[in-house]
Order: sequence, then structure tokens, then C-alpha cells
Amino acid sequence: MARIDLSALSHSYVAGPQRREDYALNELTMTWQDGGAYALLGPSGCGKTTLLNIISGLVRPTTGKVLFNGQDVTLLHPQQRNIAQVFQFPVIYDTMTVADNLAFPLRNRGWGAAETRKRVEEIAEILELTGELNKRASGLSADAKQKISMGRGLVRPDVAAVLFDEPLTTIDQHLKWTLRRKLKQIHAQLKLSLIYVTHDQVEAMTFADQVVVMYGGEVVQVGSPQDLFEHPAHTFVGFFVGSPGMNLMPCRIENGSAVVGAEGGSVKIPLDPATAGRAAGANGKLTLGIRPEFVELAQPGAPNAVPSPIERVEDLGNYKIVSARLGDQLVMAKVSEDERVGSGTAHLRFPPQWTRLYLDDRALA
Amino acid sequence: MKAALENIGRMMEGEMHLAEITCGFERGINVLLGPTGAGKTSLLRLLAGLDRPTTGKVLIDGKDVTHLGVKKRSVAMVYQQFVNYPSLTVFENIASPLRQGGTRLGKGEIEKRVKEAASLLHIDGLLARMPNELSGGQQQRTAIARAIVKGADLLLLDEPLVNLDYKLREELRVELRSLFARHDTIVVYATTEPSEALLLGGNCVVLDRGRALQSGRTLNVFHHPATTRVGELFSDPPMNLLEATVERGQVRLTPDLAFPLPVPMSGLAPGRYRIGVRPNHVTLETAGANGVAIDATVDLAEISGSETYLHLRHAQLGFIAQVRGVHPFELGRPVKVWLDRARIFAFDASDRLVGAPTNGVAQLEEVGR
Repeated sequence: MARIDLSALSHSYVAGPQRREDYALNELTMTWQDGGAYALLGPSGCGKTTLLNIISGLVRPTTGKVLFNGQDVTLLHPQQRNIAQVFQFPVIYDTMTVADNLAFPLRNRGWGAAETRKRVEEIAEILELTGELNKRASGLSADAKQKISMGRGLVRPDVAAVLFDEPLTTIDQHLKWTLRRKLKQIHAQLKLSLIYVTHDQVEAMTFADQVVVMYGGEVVQVGSPQDLFEHPAHTFVGFFVGSPGMNLMPCRIENGSAVVGAEGGSVKIPLDPATAGRAAGANGKLTLGIRPEFVELAQPGAPNAVPSPIERVEDLGNYKIVSARLGDQLVMAKVSEDERVGSGTAHLRFPPQWTRLYLDDRALA
Repeated sequence: MKAALENIGRMMEGEMHLAEITCGFERGINVLLGPTGAGKTSLLRLLAGLDRPTTGKVLIDGKDVTHLGVKKRSVAMVYQQFVNYPSLTVFENIASPLRQGGTRLGKGEIEKRVKEAASLLHIDGLLARMPNELSGGQQQRTAIARAIVKGADLLLLDEPLVNLDYKLREELRVELRSLFARHDTIVVYATTEPSEALLLGGNCVVLDRGRALQSGRTLNVFHHPATTRVGELFSDPPMNLLEATVERGQVRLTPDLAFPLPVPMSGLAPGRYRIGVRPNHVTLETAGANGVAIDATVDLAEISGSETYLHLRHAQLGFIAQVRGVHPFELGRPVKVWLDRARIFAFDASDRLVGAPTNGVAQLEEVGR
């Protein structure tokens, strides 16, 4: 196991990169703590696979260094880096038994028979494969095969890190949660450093203590799942995490309030003084952000309630989504299934503690 | 206009893919909701005229079209995979149905219709591109534009968004709904996702293992699932189904856990039931007078981005709570939750719905089996 430091790392697939667009990965410096459970979350094309391949050694970065426990491994091959990888599709030997599949990485490293058997049994028990150990892998279901594949990744206790690349893509929906649970338990028991790459917010946030969100070749936030929801550091995190995503509205600041909408049809949203203060001297594009979960429906005339014409109400069974017009913007509020909302006017309230301001897409804090 | 299936059965290689399906599809949105393998695609192919049923009839406006081929029906279909002609531009892809068959349209008319369809799907700027120059979302938009360009009576969509990432899915879903609302066709939309069914609204047929379990207004089916299976399928995460005994006005879940029957169900006869509880009706704060406190341990906290699904355990009872917001929970942590007894469903020994919450818009007479 190892602490992984990325130092002034960047990557371009273009020879002689000049412009920012030439880079698949913009310069970044960050640390992955030893024994941490990390997820690397982002849409396709955000650079997450490039970053993963640089950590594993499949790709050599254009600039910067990769350090494992302080040792420069930038020029080392994957085999020399002591990294285990689990891929989207099971990588196993169909003709071998489950036990031989799990033992393979250990035998390769010259482990003795007794200690190999002990470790294989331990891993099989965690993955609930004990009953399958003597069966041939070829006869097993897709999810059992993927469990074996995971087991092969986890079996060596001396790896620097285990990298998972969308490992649950091919698993049936209802089996996913049992495997997610397994992965969490494995992390708690084995204390391995795990990096889990996915575009799926449920996978990322369920698995990880720390989620690294990537967008456009950049790491835009590293935070706990709760941070991503409550304190998105970038408008992209607000948009990408949560269903529906954060309401994001261009705004300007006047007398301690955010003003949304063009002259004539504009609306004032009160801010907390600290937030407004930070924005006062700011120069750039300001965006107001609030999650639909935090927009409140108030009584007419309630303090700070903004009257907004209702555009539509979607009854989604467990909850309702109210879309209302705010100046030239549409705001969504996620409200209880019991909330009685008709047509006409909603009186929206934006609790200052949940109302965020972004300057050029980055949280003002 | 109306499409109907009458006692449809379909055998393939000795296996029953569809059985005893009778249902109707009205103008507007009709959702086919069911898990993978339920028979959604088989049913769409019969409606399209791509396959023939082994038994039963397909009727369009009362006319038997069972043996009419796809070319003789006014139908368009969108598939899971993005199906476009790779060697044709987006414009020509969308125009292709207008160039087939007997109808000869003028150049101007074709251009007008293609542009109309393309602009509805926000791809009017991409008409000169080739499919391989498009993103997945744009490819599927092209396929959908091609399906609507003809103005077919029957528009069939087979999980059209399943291969897109979820943000795109969210966006397109809302667009499709307003698109369908403007079209005067029978739209049949197959999906595995309850949230998609609810968002699209309209009518719905719940399919499972080749059989139609229930049909009706989408929201009514959601609020009054006729069987436990419908409750499970039409809820994500699935409805909690708890084995229970009803005696002396009490619902007993485990030896140490019982609560009084909610008032509307006070007439339930003593006996064995399955109690359905939606995950969002198990909360971390007390649900007032109707809250039944349960001491549980956390098996796993699944986090969706804006919600937390707690997999919980109390004695032999396993259940899920859907909690708003993102909350970290360690595995094995004890937690007190409240089950809202005013919101429970009761299913009897023969798996029939015999009690449901009295809130909501549902009307019992619309419940069918």
C-alpha cells in the first residue's frame, strides 16, 4: 500500500501541445492518502481514464511526476509499479477453478502453497465465493465471474493500490447493491488503497470516502459525498451530482442581494451577508446556485418569498418537482408528495445557508 | 385512434415469451414498464408488425392487422441502440422514411419536414454531419427525428435512452415528454425505470415474465399496485415487502415489533399478510403520531447524489429507507428509524392488494388486475 502523489502532472495525446485544448489532462497536483477509498467521477471524455492510466503506468505523462510513498515511479511500467486493476469485464481464466484463479497472482509472485491457500480462502470468504472455490469459472454467472475478477485484484496484500475501472457496468441492477456493499466491507477489512473510476454518481458516492470529480481535463472538486451535495465547489459538480441537478442562474449583486433576470423582469434573492460580501468586489461571471431540494415553497407574503409563476408540476410519486419562472430563468423545487401545488404563483424561498454563489464557475468561499 | 391487443400469446422455440395479454393503447403516452426479459421488446415488435403472435389479435381502430406486415402499417420504431445509416448525412437519415413507399413528396416538402423534426430535437445545426461525427445523444436524437418525421399513427420506443449517460437521459426524457404531448399519435414507450414511467405519465401497462400484471393511468397504478410484484417493479428502490400477522387490530412484523392497523384498514381480517412500505416512508425523523419506531442497523448506505438509500436490518427484517440528502453511515451502525403506518399497503395471502393509503389521486375503481 502506498500514498500516491501526483506532482504538476499533465498529459496531451498531441505531439508538441501548445494550447489548453491540446491537453486531455490539465496540470494538477494532488495526494491520494494510503488506505483511502477514492472514486474518480466524471462524464465520458473528462480525462478520468487518462488519469487512471497514468497512475497505473499504462500512460506516461507529458509533464510532472507520479510518486508512490515518495518514490518517483513516473518511468516505471505497470508490472514494476505493483498495482492491481479490475476492469469492466471479468478478466479470468475460464478453464481454471475459482481457487486457481484467485491464487494466480500470488503464485506468480512465488508465494508458498500454504500461505496462498490461506489468503485465497480469506478473500473467497469476504466475496462469498467459498462454496464455489472448486468449481470451474466457465460455468458461473456474470456477476460471480466479476466477483472473481475483483478477488484477483484484491488478493495481493502488498499492492500499492487497486484500481477499479467501472467494475459494475455489466452487473444486473438488483445485484449491484450487494457488490457495492461487498466493496465497502472489503475496504474496511483489508485497508487497501482503492481508486474506483466511474461516470455513475451512485457508484462513486456509495463507494468512496473521497470523490474526485473531473470535468474537461481538470479536477474540479475533491470532497466527501456530503460535500459534493451540500457544498459543490464548481457549477459542474452542482449540475452533475444530484437528480435533478442544482439550479444555476446568472446573477449580479445589488445591495447584498442577488439579482436574477434581465432589467425589467428581474428578481431579488436575499443572500447571507458573508456570501454577498465575498461577491461585492468580484470581477467575472457570477452564478447563483441552489439545489432543488433546498428551494422552499412558502405562504404568500412570507418574508423573503419571491413570487414566481408556476410553469409545470411533475408528480413523480414519491415527490413533486415544481418548475417556476424567475425572471428569465426556470427554477426547480423538489417538494414532498403531500405538498399541494396548483397552477398560478409559487412563493419561493431560498434559504441563505443553501444558496451559493459562483465566480467563473468556482464557489466563492 | 386506438391500438389494442387481444389475448396475445407468443411462443418462440418452445418458450412462452408473451401470454394472455389483453390491453389497449390510446393516443398520447403509453408506458410499458417491466424488468429486462419481461417481454417489452416482443410486444413492441408485434405492434410494429415485425413479428406475428402465436395466438390472439392486434387491432388498430378495431381493424384486425395481426397479419399485416410492417410496411403496410403506419408505424415508426426507435431502438435502444442508436440505429442510423452510417453512410448518410443526418439530413438524409431523417429524410429516409419520406423517400420510401408509395408517397412521392416534393423536394421542398421533404426539406420542410426534415427541418421541423430536426429542430424539435435540437439537431437542426447538425444536418450536414455524418452519424460517426455525432455524440451518442445526438445519434439517438437523429433516430428519434427519423421516427417522427413521417407522422406515423404508432410511435414505438424501446428503452430509447438506456444507452445514454444519466444526465443526458434526464434532459432528453423531459424533452420527449413535451414532444409526445404535441404529437397526435399513439406513443408506446418501453422502460425498466419507474421514475421514467412517472415522468412520462399517461397510461401504463406493467409487464413481467410475458404477462401484463396491471394497467391504468400511470399514477394510479403507482398508488395502487394490484400485487406485490407491481409494488416491487413500480418503485425504485423496490417497495419493502414485510411478512406480517394481523391480529386484534395489530400488525405484527417480528415478536418485538407491532403497531396498530391504520384506520382505513381497521377492517382487515386476522391472518397472514405482506405489508408494503415505500422506502421514502421510512424516515430518520419521527413521522408524528403515525411513526412506528424501529431500532435497526445499517447494512449499507447507497448514495444517489441527492438521496441516501439505507439498507437496514431489524432482527430478521430487512428493509430500505430512502432519505433525502447525502448522509454518511458506517456499515453496522445502529440507527433509529420511523415507519409511517398511515402509508402502508396490505397484500393478502393470495397476493391481492387489500389496503392502501388514502392519500394521493388514486381511485380504487380504476384498479385492474
